[in-house]
Amino acid sequence: MNIKLTINGIPCEAPQGSTILQAAKLNGIHIPTLCYLEGIHKFGTCRICVVEVEGARNLQASCMVEAKDGMVIHTNSKRVRDARKVMYQLIVSDHNQDCLACDRNQDCELQALGRELGVTDNPYYGEKNENGIDISESVTRDMTKCILCRRCVSVCNNIQGVGVLNAENRGFSTIIAPAANQPLGASDCAFCGQCTVVCPVGALKETSHQERVWAALNDPNKYVIVQPAPAVRVGIGECFGLEPGTSQTGRLVTALRRLGFDDVFDTNWAADLTIMEEGTEFLQRVKAAVTGGKAVLPMATSCSPGWVKFIENNFPDQLGHLSSCKSPHMMMGAVLKSYYAKKIGKKPEDIYVVSIMPCTAKKTEIARPEMYNDGVPNVDAVLTVRELGDMVKSAGIDFLALPEGEFDSPLGMSTGAADIFGLTGGVMEAALRTVYEIITGRELPWPDLHVPPIVGLEQIKEATIKLEDVKPEWKILEGFEVNIAVTSGLEGARIIMDQVKAGTCKYHFFEVMGCPGGCITGGGQPRPKDIFEARKKRMEALYAEDEGKALRKSHENPALIEFYKEWGEPCGHNSHEYLHTHYVPRGKYNDLTEETFVVK
Amino acid sequence: MSEHTDCCFCAANMDEQAKYEQIAQVIDTYKEKEGSLIMVLHSAQQIYGYLPLELQKFIADRMGLPLSEVYGVVSFYSFFSMTERGRHTIRICLGTACYVRGGKKLVDALEEKLQVKVGGVTADKKFTLEVARCIGACGLAPAIMVDNDVYKTMSPATLDSMLNQY
Repeated sequence: MNIKLTINGIPCEAPQGSTILQAAKLNGIHIPTLCYLEGIHKFGTCRICVVEVEGARNLQASCMVEAKDGMVIHTNSKRVRDARKVMYQLIVSDHNQDCLACDRNQDCELQALGRELGVTDNPYYGEKNENGIDISESVTRDMTKCILCRRCVSVCNNIQGVGVLNAENRGFSTIIAPAANQPLGASDCAFCGQCTVVCPVGALKETSHQERVWAALNDPNKYVIVQPAPAVRVGIGECFGLEPGTSQTGRLVTALRRLGFDDVFDTNWAADLTIMEEGTEFLQRVKAAVTGGKAVLPMATSCSPGWVKFIENNFPDQLGHLSSCKSPHMMMGAVLKSYYAKKIGKKPEDIYVVSIMPCTAKKTEIARPEMYNDGVPNVDAVLTVRELGDMVKSAGIDFLALPEGEFDSPLGMSTGAADIFGLTGGVMEAALRTVYEIITGRELPWPDLHVPPIVGLEQIKEATIKLEDVKPEWKILEGFEVNIAVTSGLEGARIIMDQVKAGTCKYHFFEVMGCPGGCITGGGQPRPKDIFEARKKRMEALYAEDEGKALRKSHENPALIEFYKEWGEPCGHNSHEYLHTHYVPRGKYNDLTEETFVVK
Repeated sequence: MSEHTDCCFCAANMDEQAKYEQIAQVIDTYKEKEGSLIMVLHSAQQIYGYLPLELQKFIADRMGLPLSEVYGVVSFYSFFSMTERGRHTIRICLGTACYVRGGKKLVDALEEKLQVKVGGVTADKKFTLEVARCIGACGLAPAIMVDNDVYKTMSPATLDSMLNQY
């Protein structure tokens, strides 16, 4: 049912239950906001969205107050405009205004709001919050820039269910921090970086790797190889003003080449590799379980380092459920500095590997001691999609005018199964395309190679696949019903892990991506105006990439087939040494390990 | 370690364990109730004396809350203390009336006498020294509260007789 109200003298209608802010928006009237984030954060802290409601004594925060039938509202009166300016000036009075040296300069919601409100002076000077800068491998937290909007608190607690960030102390001393203001790198932060996506200012951001990448590119003794993750191709366009979901694979390749990388390979190749390794591992576990051997089931995917850190912190006694596979870009790094290094006659230490990732947790992942082989890290730097966008602009490359390029051979070739690694359900679907065919000799029993029950953005998706008419060598699995599940976002992961821990979990195999929706809306992706719309469009774009490929099953990737001829079998000796890993029990308060990810 | 200290250590441990068990009972009684954290913290502080980080972790785990949320509440309310408290709390009133009638001198004198700064605990753990912003006894200024007792029209000279009661 609609209600009728008057806003700025204009008769308006809005569904019952709308806030004044929503009602105004529906009727084409814009009310400035700062802390509010539709569908994610509604707290009323900043008071920028105040409006005058006739009959009410005080100005009302339009994001919090429900629009009522017959209300008469003024969103742009002198009283409102003056109040907003004062609010703004007070917020800015305790904000580090070193804007020229801030990497959110011209991409800052606070800055844009000042312009919008017409603020031309800055009358309030006084004490400033003196908390220092906390740098972890993944996320940098600068409380001198924090405006206490608490969007990060909402995503961390309500959406991700991690709860590492909360407000502490009171009044002027308030900060947003892990408990007892310990550094993020020593906390139970999963480093998913969702807080860096919603932060309106430069208070929470990825720890930059741009300088180290520029240094490598300028070092004549380094052979610098780059690899972008699947979800990067559907995100990077937004750095240059394109609509969410505009695939830019070809231009991405050209941009990377023009930045000066010696080889432009594709993490997709390693996603196909991951499927071979992880699929083989799963079959080994199932085979062992069916024949009465020792096997930990359910098995969980391990591509998402945020999820890995989460389980290490929260379920340290359940790490046997994680697949031992490294994540695809780590596998790629390990292959580049061993197999490929030999091919091109380079020493591993002369190769520098840069991953372009929609992710902030990957920055911590490369720092883990388990991610070293032959004395060198598998991957040397991780750039988020946002960082790559900045570097391309900084190099004077006109991205939108670039011709389309193609990945280098041989580690640039991939199948459609690899594309969908970047979205929730994709790793599982890719694994099933291969595993089902290995066992039955047939393609998946659904149209177009998709697994409809696990497609979509629901928090937890399930499916059961019955194995019938299996190949003779898999006779032991005849009639076996494989229960699978897929979740994205760490809150869903906790729900499944609680079942696993309680022994009530019916799944054999489940996929977890640390960010809601998967890497398409990972913590390293561009900050969209509407995250829900962006998630949907980027998802559609990745499925379209998959469907546009001639080959859509990892085991059919010809470059991979060639690779294994020299490398040996999946899960064989070389794989174990380079492509598989182990995990560290950390405990909720990191009380089980000395290791931290504090940089400074 | 001598037998004697061994014994004491053991008794202290038991004591600690008993306190935690009592706090666990409080949590289990109230944890399903929305917004019960403040009440639980209040009881825990009464039982344990103060709320050190380790105890906050225990409460967070048992209530299924993030530690950052528990810590956020503890650090917000001045009633909660994260440092050990003395057996008695001295609150010197520094409301306007007490201040103008010499409250500040009482602070200096007590800091000197007890060898402790405001906010701290005496070496013998007997007293926590705090200041208060008006305890509503302006007619008795300058006033001091020790636990729930009010001492009126105090001066540095009358402090000893007050302290001797504890």
